[in-house]
Amino acid sequence: MSTTTTDLQDEIEKTGGHDHHDDHHHGPEPGLLRWVKTTNHKDIGTLYIWFAFAMLLIGGAMAMVIRAELFQPGLQLVEPQFFNQMTTLHGLIMVFGAIMPAFVGLANWQIPLMIGAKDMALPRMNNWSFWILPFAGTMLLSTLFMQGGGPAFGWTFYAPLSTTFAPDSTDFFIFAVHMLGFSSIMGAINVIATILNMRAPDMKLMDMPLFVWTWLITAFLLIAAMPVLAGAVTMMLTDRNFGTSFFDAAGGGDPVMFQHIFWFFGHPEVYIMILPAFGVVSQIIPTFARKPLFGYSSMVYATAAIALLSFIVWGHHMFLVGMPIAGQLYFMYATILISVPTGVKVFNWVTTMWRGSMTFETPMLWAVAFVILFTIGGFSGLMLGIAPADIQYHDTYFVVAHFHYVLVTGALFSIIAAVFYWLPMWCGRMYNEKLAQIHFWWAVISVNILFFPQHFLGLAGMPRRIPDYSLQFADFNMISSIGGFAFGLSFIMLTYIIVDCIRNGEPVKGERAWESARGLEWTQGVKAEYHSFEEAPSRASILAESSHISQEGHH
Amino acid sequence: MPKNTFYRQLSIAVVAMFKRVSNFHKVYLLPFLLTPQLAFAELGLNLPEGVTSVSRDIYSLHMLIFWICVAIAVLVFGAMIWSMIFHRKSRGAVASNFHESTKIELAWTIIPFIILVLMAIPATKVMVALEKTDEADMTVKITGYQWKWQYEYLDNDVSFFSNLSEKNRKEMEDPEARAKAENYLLEVDNPLVLPVGKKIRFLMTSNDVIHSWWVRDFGVKQDANPGYINDAWATIEEPGTYRGQCTELCGKDHGFMPVVVVAKPQAEYDAWVVEQEAKQKAEAEAASQTKTEEELMVQGQKVYSGNCAACHGATGAGVPGVFPAITGSSIVNNPDTTDHINILLNGVAGSAMQAFGKQLNDGDIASVITYQRNALGNSEGTIVQPTDIKAAR
Repeated sequence: MSTTTTDLQDEIEKTGGHDHHDDHHHGPEPGLLRWVKTTNHKDIGTLYIWFAFAMLLIGGAMAMVIRAELFQPGLQLVEPQFFNQMTTLHGLIMVFGAIMPAFVGLANWQIPLMIGAKDMALPRMNNWSFWILPFAGTMLLSTLFMQGGGPAFGWTFYAPLSTTFAPDSTDFFIFAVHMLGFSSIMGAINVIATILNMRAPDMKLMDMPLFVWTWLITAFLLIAAMPVLAGAVTMMLTDRNFGTSFFDAAGGGDPVMFQHIFWFFGHPEVYIMILPAFGVVSQIIPTFARKPLFGYSSMVYATAAIALLSFIVWGHHMFLVGMPIAGQLYFMYATILISVPTGVKVFNWVTTMWRGSMTFETPMLWAVAFVILFTIGGFSGLMLGIAPADIQYHDTYFVVAHFHYVLVTGALFSIIAAVFYWLPMWCGRMYNEKLAQIHFWWAVISVNILFFPQHFLGLAGMPRRIPDYSLQFADFNMISSIGGFAFGLSFIMLTYIIVDCIRNGEPVKGERAWESARGLEWTQGVKAEYHSFEEAPSRASILAESSHISQEGHH
Repeated sequence: MPKNTFYRQLSIAVVAMFKRVSNFHKVYLLPFLLTPQLAFAELGLNLPEGVTSVSRDIYSLHMLIFWICVAIAVLVFGAMIWSMIFHRKSRGAVASNFHESTKIELAWTIIPFIILVLMAIPATKVMVALEKTDEADMTVKITGYQWKWQYEYLDNDVSFFSNLSEKNRKEMEDPEARAKAENYLLEVDNPLVLPVGKKIRFLMTSNDVIHSWWVRDFGVKQDANPGYINDAWATIEEPGTYRGQCTELCGKDHGFMPVVVVAKPQAEYDAWVVEQEAKQKAEAEAASQTKTEEELMVQGQKVYSGNCAACHGATGAGVPGVFPAITGSSIVNNPDTTDHINILLNGVAGSAMQAFGKQLNDGDIASVITYQRNALGNSEGTIVQPTDIKAAR
């Protein structure tokens, strides 16, 4: 009797307390409905990433319209009202349609794999939070075809331009933002629930890879910030349709209050878009430096410090709204303080590379470009944080250059790095390394031709969001546009490289794509199995696969 | 006027360097500059020092922080590039295994913090200086409108609107004229005229959406919020013409509402004020006089293109769904002029239609109503006189 019980217990433990035969060897459901009904974290991750890529191309096409119009002085191609719709939707699509969903896609694919979980904690909600997105995105884009055109008030949609003075389609924009927020909050809840509850029993919080840590913190930012955005657009909705005056001075409201509410969301939002990028780079650099990540725990604390600070600095977007001097000084001090933990991260990456044994495969190239170019964006951010100097930078192309350095060469570059890094594990095939490196150099050179001259344009006095400009801005605008077209074209090549890898790529040689890669995600087969971690990984394998714990003590 | 000599020296050195860089760029970028219209343009790379104490303080601060950033960049990127060159696997580099040092982490937390404090001290000083808007010699109220500026001299009987110049508007249509334009999109019909050497206080507000008034050479940029008043100040040190633009997205023609300030010596400025007061008084008197249909139509056309065409279109077609058409409008073509006059005077609440009663005189409103009724594809026939407007006010 006693032996039988023991056998049974062994059997239960071996199968992770789960009926072994239920899902073993089960692959995905055949047919297209698989993608509609799927609750598999890998499928949903794939959906998120392709959706983000489609949105990136649409938002990129809008950027091409903007750069084409600005190629030369004069109104060449589009009307000013349409130009404003392009700048507005370009921003909204890139932020809410491309960067955020791409990171959620990476989280879906990687977090369960990196913490030894079977799947996300809430798989059905996971499906729902993805499938809201295509509808929200379509609704947002459909405003372009409505009478009066789409939103034309900038992605920051300052009242009263977005309320009293906005086209009728604005209500659809508001609804789309609500849906996008819904999706983000559900995604964030899922990430938190997964990391806290589904982690392998032997994995402590401080054993988690940095990508998981940054996403955990990001998810809390999302839950705190997105409802504030929902509040802002709801107030807009009632101001527009139900006779309230939250933002209308004539009714006792305050247009500046809109900006406070918006940026209380908006500033954490920029860290929502960059913290997971920090995580990605912290995974890639140790792999190709063949050295554990330097200062793991300080990286975790720095991420948390950035996240906390991100909630108390929103006023630096508003130095010119007429804040009292005490407010301006406070926001200046708090803002420049963020450069301390951000600096710590950069120093840690550089020190991780120091005295490593580096190779520069494509993911490493993108990660190195990220560190350098994001840091340049950080420097211009520090300059912008100095309140009196901001007087001359505010709402000029200097700001445009700054946030494109942190979001394109920062967030987007890290996403591309992540895709090249993990794609061989996702599909079991290798991309064309030579083409990918050519693409890297093409993109990294063109993106700098695109955005670096915009610093000069801003300092020379060119305001942002204008469709036509004085002749003294002509040269740098033309250079910037040429860089823009080249950077835009590079995405055709990127599409080819990715599709070619998935369809025709050479099977990955060896046990994992990168000889020096560590992490539980590499233990689930050369091509990760459809269902992962039938058994939770052991303490030994967690330690052996850690990219931040030195191996010497464990072998 | 106390100045920080260190910053001055630094900025002089930097300006000299940037001039050299700028010349280098002109050669380097030659292939891009072959288009004739571009060859005239100057390559601006950096902020100007400007002509007020505040603008110079900001400039020095800007350069200081810029060079601190450059120094940090040289250190960090230098270490990184060194490492990428010498610590490569292909060079036989063997990876070390160090991965933690509390001392190092503390050092690169504390040292940047100290640098920040050193940056914050001069920044705070400049901040305090530019908030000192009291004890001004004169005050100008600046009101943003979609898409023009109104300047009111609160110490005199002078008030006027400042629109994008007709010349610039023609250059928008004509590429050849544009190629030769000296200040394309940066000219206005009525510039703001100010005296040099006087402390001028600016009050900013808006009639509709948020605008932002910027003159780079003064170091003044301040949002103009509807329903609220902000302030800023400048003491202009050199006579000249200074240009700027609206910097807060304010709708369709945000890119077409420049700021032009002409700074004059005190005597010339005083003469200008006297002249303006007389001119505005005469205009107000002329406005109330009854006019012929031809006079009304000629003036109406001018008023229309200056105030109405931006939204309702040069031909009166409007923009469907955003700005209603004048052509065929039931209000414009109604023989009863009550609604038409009312809309012109009081605007339409909750829409972009402004209350022109505050902006235009009786003669302008009468003539533009007459013009709308008998041009732009309408032929309603009614003539509206300034007395009709006066009665309706």
